[in-house]
Amino acid sequence: MTATIPESQQLAYIAAKAADSRINLELETEGMTLNIGPQHPATHGTLRLIAKLDGEQVVSCEPSPGYMHRGYEKLTEVRTYPQVTTLVNRIDWLGSFANEVPFILAAEKLMGIEAPPRAQWIRTILFELSRLANITLFLGDLGAQMGGVTAVFYAFRDREHVLNQIESVTGGRFHPNFDRIGGLKDDLPKGWIADTKKTMDKIRDFCDEIETLLIGNEIFQTRARGIGVIPPEVALSYGLSGANLRGSGVDLDLRRDDPPPGMPYDKLDWKVWTHPDGDCFSRTWVRLQEVRESTKIIDQLLDSIPSGPIMAKVPRIIKVPEGEAYVQTENPLGAMGYYVVSKGDLVPFRVKIRSASFNNVSIVPWVTRGVYVPDVITILATLYFILGDIDR
Amino acid sequence: MPRDDRREAILARISEHLGDAVVGSHIRVGDDLWVRVTREAWPEAAEVAQKRLGCHFFDFLSAIDWLPSPFGRDMDSQEDIVVKGLEPKEPAPMASGYAGGDTRFQVFARVYHPVEHWGVTFKADLPDDDLSVGTWSNVYRGANWHERETHEMFGFDFVGHPNLIKLYLPIDFEGYPLRKDFPLLSRRVKPWPGIVDVEPMPGEDEPGDGDGEGEGGSE
Repeated sequence: MTATIPESQQLAYIAAKAADSRINLELETEGMTLNIGPQHPATHGTLRLIAKLDGEQVVSCEPSPGYMHRGYEKLTEVRTYPQVTTLVNRIDWLGSFANEVPFILAAEKLMGIEAPPRAQWIRTILFELSRLANITLFLGDLGAQMGGVTAVFYAFRDREHVLNQIESVTGGRFHPNFDRIGGLKDDLPKGWIADTKKTMDKIRDFCDEIETLLIGNEIFQTRARGIGVIPPEVALSYGLSGANLRGSGVDLDLRRDDPPPGMPYDKLDWKVWTHPDGDCFSRTWVRLQEVRESTKIIDQLLDSIPSGPIMAKVPRIIKVPEGEAYVQTENPLGAMGYYVVSKGDLVPFRVKIRSASFNNVSIVPWVTRGVYVPDVITILATLYFILGDIDR
Repeated sequence: MPRDDRREAILARISEHLGDAVVGSHIRVGDDLWVRVTREAWPEAAEVAQKRLGCHFFDFLSAIDWLPSPFGRDMDSQEDIVVKGLEPKEPAPMASGYAGGDTRFQVFARVYHPVEHWGVTFKADLPDDDLSVGTWSNVYRGANWHERETHEMFGFDFVGHPNLIKLYLPIDFEGYPLRKDFPLLSRRVKPWPGIVDVEPMPGEDEPGDGDGEGEGGSE
C-alpha cells in the first residue's frame, strides 16, 4: 500500500531533487575559465593564456599571442638590407645581437661574400655573449617565477658584467645593431679581451652559485622533476629547438651539426649536453650546461682571434642579387632562421622569420593538459620564451 | 658544374614517393634543396617527408605573394626617388623564385632531418580563385600555429585544420596584411623619417637652403 502524498508535497520533493542534482551537476562538470594575462608577472610579457580548469587541474590551456605583434615581416619589405638589423634586434631582446646574425648571414650567402676571419671570430664571440646575457637571466628569473626571488638578484648582477662587455664593443647594451653585411661595424676596444676573460670566470662562478642555490634546491627539484614531460618525437613534431629539444634527449645543436658559413664552431672544443627526461628540470639543467659550454667557447675564441680587417669589400649601396636563402642558427632561445627572398633590389622581397619561441610556445596546449595550475607557471618558465620572439 | 650527389639522391627519393606530383625542383650545391609539388599532393608531401625521409623536425610553414608591389618603388625605397630625382619605375613582371611557380600565391614549408642534418623546402602553387590547401597539422603538430598565422596574413584556407582562427590579429580585422596589395599605411601617409635628414656626402655640393640654419652659426 502506498502512502498518499499530497500533490503539493510531491512537487516540492521533485523540485528539491532537481535542485540537488543541479548542484551536483555544477560541482562535477562545470569548469572554470581562468584568464592569465595579458599582463601577468608569470608570463613575462603580454602573453595571454586562457585556461579552462576543473578544480585545480587544467583541462585546456590556449595561449593567445599577438598583443605585441609589430609586423616585422611586412616592415622588412620597406627597409633596405642594412636597416633590417635595427628591426630584428627587437625580436629576442635579451639576446639582441644573436638576432642579427642569421639575417646578415643569409644576405651574405645571397651576395656570395664572406666576412674576413677576424670579423667571424668577433661575431661569434658576441653571438655567444648574447647567449650568456639571455640564459643567465633565465636561470635567475626561473627562481622568481617559482617562488625563490633570491636567484634574480644574482642573475641581474652577473648579467650586468656580460652587458658591460657587449656595450664596450658595440655601444649598445640591449640593441647593439653592430653586425654588417660583410663584417662588423668596429673592431674590439683595447683591453677588451682580458676583461672578457675575467667576465667568463665570473659567469662560471655564477653557474656554480645558481646550481647550489636553485638547481640543487629540494623545493625546486620537487616542482620541476617529472612536470611537463615532452617526449622527443612530440618535441620534434612541434619544432621545438634549443635547450627544449635537447632537454627531451634529442642531440641536435645547429652550432655543432650544421654551422652556417662564417661561424668557426667546428674549430673549437666543446660539448653539447642533452638530458633524457624531457621535464622542466632537464630543460633547466641543459641551459645551465649550455652557459658553461658557452664560456668555454668564448675563452677559446678569445685565445685564437686572428688579426686582419673586420670588413670585406662591399659596395656602399647594398643590392642583394636575386635568389632565396634560408639560414638558421642556434640562438639562445633555439633555432632561429630567416628565409630571405630577394629580387635584386635594395630591399628584401619577402622575409619569413622563423623564431624559436613561436614553435616552443605552440606546444603549450599539448603539454599543459591535466597539470595543476602552479605547474603551468613552471612549464611556461622552463619552456622559456621571449614575447618579442613569439609576436615578431 | 659541380653536382650535389647527396641532395640529388634525396630529390630522387622524394620523386620516387610522390611521382608526378613533383613539378619543380632546385638544388643549390652543398647548401639547400627546394621541391615544388602540386596542390593536391601537399599533405602527402608532409607524410613523405616525415615517414619516408625521416625529416622529423618541423621548421616553419608560410606563404609568398609573388605579386610585385602595386605601390611601385615609392614603397620600396623613397631615397632613390626623392634624393636622386629618379622617375618611379614600373613594377617588374611577376616572377617566381626557386623551383618555379605559375601562380601568385605559393605556400612553402621547411622540414629538417635531425640526424643527417639537411633540410628541404617544399612549395606548392595556389590558384587565385581557390586559396585552399590541405593541412599539415595532422602530420607535423607544429604546423598548427603556422597555418593559423598564414591563414590570417594571406587568407589561405587549410582544409582539415582543427582550429583555423586568427592567431595574432583581432577577430574583426579585415584584410590580409602580408599580401603585397595590402598597403603599409604608415608609409603611405608619411614618408619614412629616415629620408628627411639625408646629409650630403663629403665632396658633394652643399645645397643652399637659404634659411640661415646649419653649420652651427659660424658668424
